[in-house]
Amino acid sequence: MKTKLLDLPEEEYMLPGNRACAGCSLAIATRYILKALEGNAILVVPASCFTVLGGMYPVSSVRLPWMNVTFPSTAASASGVAAGLKALGKSNGPTATTVVAFAGDGGTVDIGLQALSGAAERNEDILYICYDNEAYMNTGTQRSSATPLGAKTATTPVLGKQQHPKDMVSIMEAHGVCYIATASPSYPADLYDKVAKARTKKGTRYIHVSAPCPPGWGFPTKDTVKVGRLSIECGAVVLLEIEDGVLRLTGKSKTLAEHGGLKPLQDFMAVQRRFSRVDAAVLADLQGWVDARWNGYVKRSAERAVPQS
Amino acid sequence: MGTRACKHTSGMASPSIGEAGKTGQWRTHRPVVDAQKCTPMKRNTPGCFQCWLFCPEAVIDRSIPIEIDLVYCKGCGICAEQCPSGAISMTPERDADEE
Amino acid sequence: MAVVENAVRPTAGTRIITGNEAMALGAKLCRVQVVAAYPITPQSQVTEKLSEFVEGGKLAAEYVTVESEHSALSVCIGASTVGARAFTATSANGLAYMCELIHWAAGARLPLVMGCVNRAMAAPWNVLNDQQDSMSQRDAGWIQIYARNNQEIIDTVIQAYKIAEQVYVPVMVCYDGYILSHTVMPVDVPPQKAVDAFLPSYTPHTILDPADPRNLNQVTLADPRMDAEGTLCHGYMELRYLLQEAIEQSADVIAAVDEEYGNTFGRRWGGVTWDYRAGDAEVILMAAGSLASEATVAVDALRAQGYKAGVVGVRVYRPFPQRALQEATRRAKLVVVFDKSLSYGYQGPICADLKAALCAVESAPVVHGCVAGLGGRDVKARELVDTVKESLRHLEEGKPIKEPIWVNCQI
Repeated sequence: MKTKLLDLPEEEYMLPGNRACAGCSLAIATRYILKALEGNAILVVPASCFTVLGGMYPVSSVRLPWMNVTFPSTAASASGVAAGLKALGKSNGPTATTVVAFAGDGGTVDIGLQALSGAAERNEDILYICYDNEAYMNTGTQRSSATPLGAKTATTPVLGKQQHPKDMVSIMEAHGVCYIATASPSYPADLYDKVAKARTKKGTRYIHVSAPCPPGWGFPTKDTVKVGRLSIECGAVVLLEIEDGVLRLTGKSKTLAEHGGLKPLQDFMAVQRRFSRVDAAVLADLQGWVDARWNGYVKRSAERAVPQS
Repeated sequence: MGTRACKHTSGMASPSIGEAGKTGQWRTHRPVVDAQKCTPMKRNTPGCFQCWLFCPEAVIDRSIPIEIDLVYCKGCGICAEQCPSGAISMTPERDADEE
Repeated sequence: MAVVENAVRPTAGTRIITGNEAMALGAKLCRVQVVAAYPITPQSQVTEKLSEFVEGGKLAAEYVTVESEHSALSVCIGASTVGARAFTATSANGLAYMCELIHWAAGARLPLVMGCVNRAMAAPWNVLNDQQDSMSQRDAGWIQIYARNNQEIIDTVIQAYKIAEQVYVPVMVCYDGYILSHTVMPVDVPPQKAVDAFLPSYTPHTILDPADPRNLNQVTLADPRMDAEGTLCHGYMELRYLLQEAIEQSADVIAAVDEEYGNTFGRRWGGVTWDYRAGDAEVILMAAGSLASEATVAVDALRAQGYKAGVVGVRVYRPFPQRALQEATRRAKLVVVFDKSLSYGYQGPICADLKAALCAVESAPVVHGCVAGLGGRDVKARELVDTVKESLRHLEEGKPIKEPIWVNCQI
């Protein structure tokens, strides 16, 4: 059941006048993630842009209980919260509070990966959300292992990143978790529905949210939603769900798979200054990588076509 | 004046609007809505509300008329960019002050 | 240990158990609700024993087999924040791996209790005993208590939760690897009902409740800042001041809890320090943990040879028991401190801290610092005796002695 835009709840859990940059996609995503949680969650947040959005002591910007934690420990700290709630008899039933680990790409694919892997292996009852702005944006745009090939960052300033990013979807699949999804704040209803669905499940659930970043990627603040849409239209980001091992594409990605029309990657890269040094060889590498991944997803989603719930 | 009146044992904060202050002061341009072009305002019927949908600051109400809280609006311009009717334009702050 | 005369001594029986089992039993008696478990020699049996209790239905706790020590303390922090009594134990490199969480737990004012089975730090690898691990974390803001035998371990774990949950400062219960962890001793096990009566349930000082949402341990500025209601709230420095204040005040709580424990269970451990034949001692041997226990054997030997020797044992190392040690050493002319660790580039931590505590005392005794027992090097009572005699000779002849004095270093 896909929620229509005008049926999205109006109540806001993220308060205006917070410390996020103007035009921040994480802020858009946060609005819908928190709406889907309906105020009944505990957020576990490591060092990240989100920490800053959350406010500086003694004022908070979010109307949800929020525990700041050390950078590497998000999934472990969240595991502790879940264990504590279980021990106190507060983790079951329809009113049970969702434990939400909410980290950036650096805090997930790099320094946070061990804890996430451990939590997933134990099938901890946590909803882990990674917002991926594809670099350590909070500290000034240093590269992470989520940064795309060829991107200029503060630590790849001349040559651009030399490696493709880690495949978090595959990594989480390898852990056998019951629910994996990718999402984008450019498609808020899709993001909202995925968080709402994840909330109904038990065990480790993982949602990877693409988060275009105006200062970090090099585009004007007004283009945040547009750049996000382009990333999906070009296949750089693919909207999908994997539920108990069954993969399906969603939203715009599903439409593109069924009706064609994937745009060349160059269209997405042209609007971002971080790709300004990409030469033909790197572009070909990137396009090939995007194509291989896209074709894999399309093939897999076609193999087991399941009616979308 | 000391901080003993603060009863916190460790850092514990309550939510409030404007944690970063009046963030409207960040902007160089402010959004201005043209009621003649805005679809829900023209028709006096709920609809579109793409500006509300995509505002990163949650300062736009899903209401008729569209209301934007300029105390906190950071002037990112997403609402203007996303409006399908071109009903929102970003006006330089100094010009807006002169009006 | 002082036996409290005429006290009722409720007991569940005497068992011959290792220090690790004593720690596990203590945690069980405290009805810990979340256990984070990661193995490291010589601690592993603590968490193994706890898993037996949990899987055998004897302890109703969530047992989280984490993938690292960093995650172990993170789990405890998460659990304690929502109001569950949490426990873990580690040693050496495991303690070092969770270092940032040790600082975090103190700053977050969480009443955790963690066992540190003292073991040497690598490099090179060494799984045997010394106290470098816990000593290297002494600045973080935890209360540190050093046990001298297995009875003290079980009693101290129970006391530790009571102390921690009163002052909201985490407590590290330290005991020597192998010497205590793997050595069996008779231990009088307190009965569950008596422990339940002694230890009230835990109330967290902050809340994580959707009905009243709060944000904990955010980025905090240098200066005090107004909250939305107009109250001037703490800056970072004020929050840290509160931690120091709580730890300083905990010395009285530690003594009071030990006193109450003595009245309840018939055993008292001295509060922050303890002494053996030190009342009229001219030379005092000072150490923490099992080494201080060994020093009592040395003192008996010295006394038999006509030396007026005594032991002052450091039970609580943080908060550093300045006043108690100033008082206990007042009448001596020499204190020989045996540290099982070293602040490289200077001296052993107990020695350096004692010297600082005595610098303002008129006619304070001379202090000689020794390093002993690193990496499991056995320390025999006769070596303590010989070291003390050598120190005394230097003092009497007015000859300076090079510190630290390395006991039985074979270089």
